[in-house]
Amino acid sequence: MSEKKFSKKHEWVSLDGDVATVGITKHATEMLGDIVFVEVPDAGKAVEKEGQAAVVESTKAASDVYSPISGEITEGNKVIADDPGSVNTDPEGASWFFKLKIKDKSEYDSLMSKDEYDKFCKENPS
Amino acid sequence: MEVQKTALYNYHKNLGAKFVPFAGYEMPIQYKDGIVKEHISTRTHAGFFDVSHMGQFFLEGDETLIESLEKIIPADLKNLKINHSKYSFLLNNEGGIIDDLIITRTEKGFCIILNAACKENDIKQISQFLKKHHKHLLNNDLSLIALQGPKSVEILEKLIPGVANLKFMTGNNFEYEGDNLYVTRSGYTGEDGFEISISNTKVEKLIDYLISNEVKPIGLGARDTLRLEAGLCLYGHDLNEKINPVEANLKWAIAKKRKEVGGFNGWEKIKNLLAKGSEKIRVGIKPDGKVIARENTKIFSSDNNEIGFVTSGTFGPSVNAPVAMGYVKSEFSEVGTSIQLEVRGKKYGGKISELPFYKKSYVK
Repeated sequence: MSEKKFSKKHEWVSLDGDVATVGITKHATEMLGDIVFVEVPDAGKAVEKEGQAAVVESTKAASDVYSPISGEITEGNKVIADDPGSVNTDPEGASWFFKLKIKDKSEYDSLMSKDEYDKFCKENPS
Repeated sequence: MEVQKTALYNYHKNLGAKFVPFAGYEMPIQYKDGIVKEHISTRTHAGFFDVSHMGQFFLEGDETLIESLEKIIPADLKNLKINHSKYSFLLNNEGGIIDDLIITRTEKGFCIILNAACKENDIKQISQFLKKHHKHLLNNDLSLIALQGPKSVEILEKLIPGVANLKFMTGNNFEYEGDNLYVTRSGYTGEDGFEISISNTKVEKLIDYLISNEVKPIGLGARDTLRLEAGLCLYGHDLNEKINPVEANLKWAIAKKRKEVGGFNGWEKIKNLLAKGSEKIRVGIKPDGKVIARENTKIFSSDNNEIGFVTSGTFGPSVNAPVAMGYVKSEFSEVGTSIQLEVRGKKYGGKISELPFYKKSYVK
């Protein structure tokens, strides 16, 4: 599995061959608060880079989760749909949102590194 | 208009509050623990809420003050005993709810607790009916602290002996640090608890005491989940000027005598609705799955006709499921009726539910 890359919309992506795993960052979960609902996409759905792909809701509000990369969904993580609170516990590990078969690796390459993302969060406090 | 702050603003900041603008005030939405933990600790121990943004409106006058107030408030103020409180509303000519409120009879008149967003207009509306010799004051020198949860009584009794004797919806004067406090046994969470009216200069000391007794600070976020589980309305969401008490399923809050005799704004219309029933009515709603039906979610019948809309919806931490309130056509209001909720363009099943979602434990 490749190193994690990060988007400005607070998603992370890791790459294994041409299959990317996408989730939301720890920073995102801290901004959202207690997560109480998650909707993940079904396999076969086509998503565009920065297109809406999933939904996450905290006690406060609903937010869209975007795919930082275009491709075709191969799997949505049903575990987090059944237990939304698990996203708060392990957002960058077991609580990934979806996997997709990517079309263009350069979209992955253009995302931020961990250091760049940390810097981005510091400069753009919510 | 400049953003206002309560006397406890810096105190909240030091407690790690996240602020949001609310009704012209910077108010804590949550603290470090987050909404769910704050909610649970209120239900299992006790929490305090700074509700000083709400208006504490004091009125003084003779018998004619009662006549004046009864023109806009449908409570039986004549028979309200000193130190007793009632939940009621201000009504407009159409019977619409200008604000919902708690009114308490005091030695010299009344104290009305008004919603922050409405208080200025409320005072304008009430003033129309007042006589020159009636005195009134919106007291901004006072803070208002709600202490809510099963341990509230034990904790407050140690500091202010005598509060344990108060029954739900009654109050009294107490002494604290050489100052007068007015404490009522009331609240808006479905828990036993108190609302404490205290001078801005003494409020920090009271909060120090509460915190030393492991009472957690609770923000607006958990206040919303707590009141919704308790089936209580939030003005501006579940209630507004176009909704009357019959539609709001709050006809219990209109005094029996006043229903018969009237003499308040909108009575003709309300009397008619009391006899015939309203076209739409406020109900509790439970989505079948985990989906949250938030404010403005459209409600459909099982055969796909639009029948209403959601006015409040969230995840209820104590119910451990999503909960909502909204208005539906009255023929669909029976508990157990299957409905559909349109969320992000997709229809999800749900049912009309009993209110409250979470059972109250008031001391009567």
